[in-house]
Amino acid sequence: MKPAPFAYRDPDTVDEVLALLAEHGDDAKLLAGGQSLGPMLNMRVVSPAVVVDLNRVKALAGRGGSASGGFVIGALVRQADLEDDPAFAAAQPLAAAALPFIAHRPIRNRGTVAGSLVHADPAAEWGGVVLALDARIEVRQAGGASPRTVAAEDFFTGILETAVEPDELLAEIRLPPWPEDARWGFREFARRRGDFALAGVACRFEVDGAGGGRSVRIGLFGVGDTAVRARRAEAVLEGETPGPEVFAAAAAAVQDEVEPLDDGHASAGYRRHLAGVLVEDALADAWARNGGDEGEAA
Amino acid sequence: MIGRSVRRLEDPRRLRGEGVYVDDVHLSGMLHATVVRSPHAHARLREIDAAAARAAPGVAAVFTAGDLMDALRPIPIRLVPDDRLLRYLQHPLAIDRVRYVGEPVALVVARSRAAAEDAAERVEVGFEPLPAATDAGSPPPAALFDYTPDNVASLIEEGFGDPDAAFARAHRIVRLTFRTGRHTAVPMETRGLVAAPDRGAAHGRGRLTIWGPTKVTHFNRGVLAAMLGWPEHRIRLVEPEVGGGFGARGEFYPEDFLVPCAALRLGRPVKWIEDRVEHLSAINHSREQCYELALALDPDGRFLGLRAEMTNDMGAYLRTHGTVVPGLSAGMLPGPYEMEAYRCRVRCVLTNKTPTGTYRAPGRFECNAARERLIDRAARVTGIDPVELRMRNLIRPERMPFARGTTILGEEVEYDSGDYPHALAEAASLSGFPSRVRGEAGDGEAPDGKAPDGKAPGGKEAGGRPAARYRSGWGLACFVEKTGTGPFEGARACLDRSGALVIATGAADLGQGLETCLAQIAGDALGVDHVGIIVRHGDTDLIPHGVGSFASRGTVMAGNAVHAAVSQLRTRLLERAAARLETEVSDLVIEADGVVRGAGGGSCTLADLAAEPGLETVHYFRCERMAYSHGVAVARVRVDTATGLVVPERIWLLYDVGRVVNPGLVAGQIEGGIAQGLGGALLEELRYDDAGQFLSGSFMDYLLPGTTDVPSIVHRDLGGSPSPRNPLGVKGAGEVGIAGIGGAIANAVADALGDAEGDSDRLPLTSERVWARARAMEAAGSPGSPRAPGAPAAGAGAAAPA
Amino acid sequence: MSDAVSELRDVEVTVNGTVRRERVEPRLTLADFLRHTLGLTGTHVGCEHGVCGCCTVRLDGAAVRSCILFAVQAHGRRIETVEGLADGESLHPLQEAFSDHGALQCGFCTPGFLMTAIEFLDRYPDPDEEAVRDALSGSLCRCTGYQSIVAAVLDAARRLRQGG
Repeated sequence: MKPAPFAYRDPDTVDEVLALLAEHGDDAKLLAGGQSLGPMLNMRVVSPAVVVDLNRVKALAGRGGSASGGFVIGALVRQADLEDDPAFAAAQPLAAAALPFIAHRPIRNRGTVAGSLVHADPAAEWGGVVLALDARIEVRQAGGASPRTVAAEDFFTGILETAVEPDELLAEIRLPPWPEDARWGFREFARRRGDFALAGVACRFEVDGAGGGRSVRIGLFGVGDTAVRARRAEAVLEGETPGPEVFAAAAAAVQDEVEPLDDGHASAGYRRHLAGVLVEDALADAWARNGGDEGEAA
Repeated sequence: MIGRSVRRLEDPRRLRGEGVYVDDVHLSGMLHATVVRSPHAHARLREIDAAAARAAPGVAAVFTAGDLMDALRPIPIRLVPDDRLLRYLQHPLAIDRVRYVGEPVALVVARSRAAAEDAAERVEVGFEPLPAATDAGSPPPAALFDYTPDNVASLIEEGFGDPDAAFARAHRIVRLTFRTGRHTAVPMETRGLVAAPDRGAAHGRGRLTIWGPTKVTHFNRGVLAAMLGWPEHRIRLVEPEVGGGFGARGEFYPEDFLVPCAALRLGRPVKWIEDRVEHLSAINHSREQCYELALALDPDGRFLGLRAEMTNDMGAYLRTHGTVVPGLSAGMLPGPYEMEAYRCRVRCVLTNKTPTGTYRAPGRFECNAARERLIDRAARVTGIDPVELRMRNLIRPERMPFARGTTILGEEVEYDSGDYPHALAEAASLSGFPSRVRGEAGDGEAPDGKAPDGKAPGGKEAGGRPAARYRSGWGLACFVEKTGTGPFEGARACLDRSGALVIATGAADLGQGLETCLAQIAGDALGVDHVGIIVRHGDTDLIPHGVGSFASRGTVMAGNAVHAAVSQLRTRLLERAAARLETEVSDLVIEADGVVRGAGGGSCTLADLAAEPGLETVHYFRCERMAYSHGVAVARVRVDTATGLVVPERIWLLYDVGRVVNPGLVAGQIEGGIAQGLGGALLEELRYDDAGQFLSGSFMDYLLPGTTDVPSIVHRDLGGSPSPRNPLGVKGAGEVGIAGIGGAIANAVADALGDAEGDSDRLPLTSERVWARARAMEAAGSPGSPRAPGAPAAGAGAAAPA
Repeated sequence: MSDAVSELRDVEVTVNGTVRRERVEPRLTLADFLRHTLGLTGTHVGCEHGVCGCCTVRLDGAAVRSCILFAVQAHGRRIETVEGLADGESLHPLQEAFSDHGALQCGFCTPGFLMTAIEFLDRYPDPDEEAVRDALSGSLCRCTGYQSIVAAVLDAARRLRQGG
């Protein structure tokens, strides 16, 4: 299990990264945390001619609150950086709650948020999180073109496929400001701690003046080709008074709308069922949570 | 000395990272090998074009079956050889057909492992795919060997008494179908070998030294010698530090021939380190069995007879264990219970999957689980409390030694000692096992799954309340474990010139603490502290005969050999000391620090006595009869019926392994075995698709239990029954932890969900299987738990899909 | 795969306080570099896909899987391996606790557990059992059943709080 030979480049600037991508295109692979790429290289699932290591590009390592009140996560920010950052937990409770579910600490010490997103494993937690948060993802390419921004819901295009082209770099993730009094829930089901989930959900909603749900976002992972929004389930709660019956109806809607895969880990039917259970539980968690800034992980 | 939990002598080097495992062996000029394996489950093997691989940078050689044809011989059966099985043996390289994914078809040797893998990608193999047989229980779509169209390699018949008569008298007959999944041992260190020929070795001069073998080094030396046509003395096998074995590691595998053969042909050292992906399809699998059981009971719940039809999926070839594993199941299925009659018939079926062999408690993890599930079902059907039902049938201590009436490993099973009812009573008491006494059930053959109403155990709701999403369940399993398999093991003892006691044995250390255990026994025999005693093992040059470490035999066989050899040495050195100190042997004392003192005040050290040669002894301990440990496993689980997740909340294990040399080492065996048992009961399964493609080729797919999957474990040594079959009175402990876990967990889940024919009679109880079972029971309108019938709770109700 | 033999790179790392300079292929994993280039064979390789934890070392203080990092990525960085834990003849308190509790058998996973646990105890000097189990959940042991490992880490935490 040794990788095929590759050339190694470790540029210092984003421009150099983009120039290397422009030069090598499909023959190059970007290496950030390497927690997905490393195993794939060792197993020779991928054999790029060139590996471009981002780890020396300091400009990509930034994180913190933005002027608009959101939170910006640079391409080199590691899961553990956020896990250990009280400011992140305060600003983005839902995303912070998801972090401990991502693999194990030694993996989080190395793995990056951007790497998880661009690897686009359909069972990765961040997929559901960015959908629930309406995150925006900044992508850069060579040639001086201005960065383009991709909405989370347009980001995932297939199994291990995203809107990021081979000559592009996912430069940062922008989480919008956390709405005051937003409710949130995060649930996943994995057979062992730290495994990729068989199904999972990140959800958030607000409550309008009449007591109805609004701005409902339900991001699912592990139940299809890509992380997906459960739009029918969202519609069930939108404008309705939150409560057990509505949550059960949302769960039923989720089970109608998801298209899970059969694979060696679980059947499609089981994943579909789990999606409903988890959505119902996560919505109930959200509802039970007073506000959104003090909860524990689900 | 014996009986104390001393710190292990092995620990300091292993804690410092100074232990030398096989991949830590580095020799000058060493080349690296990788194995080209079949990607097909079943295919004719056409031409192999290795030209491009041979031309790749850094490649020293590529060996195909064509290149080695004159040297390829089938790998023989080690345990219980049987000439009728010879035609199903595996050759080190596939010759004209591949029969499982992972079967070796070529060996590439290069300057580095990476270069070898680069070249292996260029080996062009012509495969002509054939239909694959993947289900041992259904008519095969293909024959693996043309001369055996039904793929049945062997039939095993076992039993005693007159089952027809017993079943004819039955008050009730209880039936069960039970399956265990395909598992493998997964030592954390993969296999590996470094083979180093002396100069001229290929030409009949010098020797071949091989690092990496373990478990049965002497036997494997013989196999390799026969394959090479060499005398054994020209081959030395050296056991380095070994990262776990559990039955699978250390058998003679194809690579155990290929790597030495390549080293000889190239005249250079060759290293091969198995990677984890190949490990999962290359090392022996185990456990894939299906039982059809019937138990005949009299009106008092006494067992009259047990009938079993079992199918054992052998995989594509018979390896070194032949049909030993299903034979062990057939011989041990009756377990610790009295019964008048028993009949078991086993079909050993070849399939296009990795060949099988032993894995910790081989054949018994499976048969114990099947039998104990059957007994719990019988308890439900008869309305007798499951502890009470077992009590009525356990062999009583006054019946010891107890002739079981079956045969395993060519030996008649005769339990030597043990108080089985006491163990069960203690287990029920220690765990607080809930009583399940119910009203009288109706007469006749009670339909499965309908239990009488009764008080719920474990604090569950009684009938009429909504079934809870989370349910608890209790299960237990009684078992007997065979240990201390013969026929012999040897030990040499000597004092070196420094006065240190040096022990050499043919037994192997796979991590279990053999060095410490034998040092304690040696120290006890000599009367000195165990620290400072040197125990050497696993090297075929140390001692001419060795059997090895398997079947929980190390302490029993090597331990008694060491004790006898050192006792003889003590006699000899005391005679020498008496002469030197001009006193009588009876006046001498050996102190813990190794000073010999006479009654008159004179003294000498062991080093003084060892200055002259002659203080050497050898003893081979022979034992034709095994020693039988026993125990009871109890599990309390919590089941989430909405997701199917089974959480083992606590495990209790009560055991009697005879006299204990080091309680800490035994605890390690018990706890480790329990964790492996939980893996096999809940998580681990080697899966194939219908075409025979292997689906479990990584640690993302084959799920081992981690720290959060193993609960708090309570275990207790009951002591009380030293083995009468060896001077130390010891029995083996290595497989006691795992032997009952499958049954305890299966019973606990059935207790939580209700017991009907269904998927819970299958290990592992994956979350999906448990969920499907819970859902099926709800959909059928039958109570999810017979003690908690009714509609699902609101919280879980919407979760059930239409 | 590429036919080109990729160019070698110079790597300078500080391993257990000692600066080491080597020239390596980019595809050489950090685990293989430590083991086979530097001869530090205490770091073990159990799966080569980042799951089992046997190869865990500390990179600039963080516990990481050395089998899915490349040696070239460690250039200019600080690495600690199991060989650096003991202070000469004295075992580290964590190592002592492992021996006292029977927290190792074959010893193959042990270096990874030690390096994972020591990083965890640096961050959480006074953990409870659940936190220990969670922190170690990414490391696999096939011998011990974990109970003794968890007990050893809790005991080591006590010893370290009391000044080792």
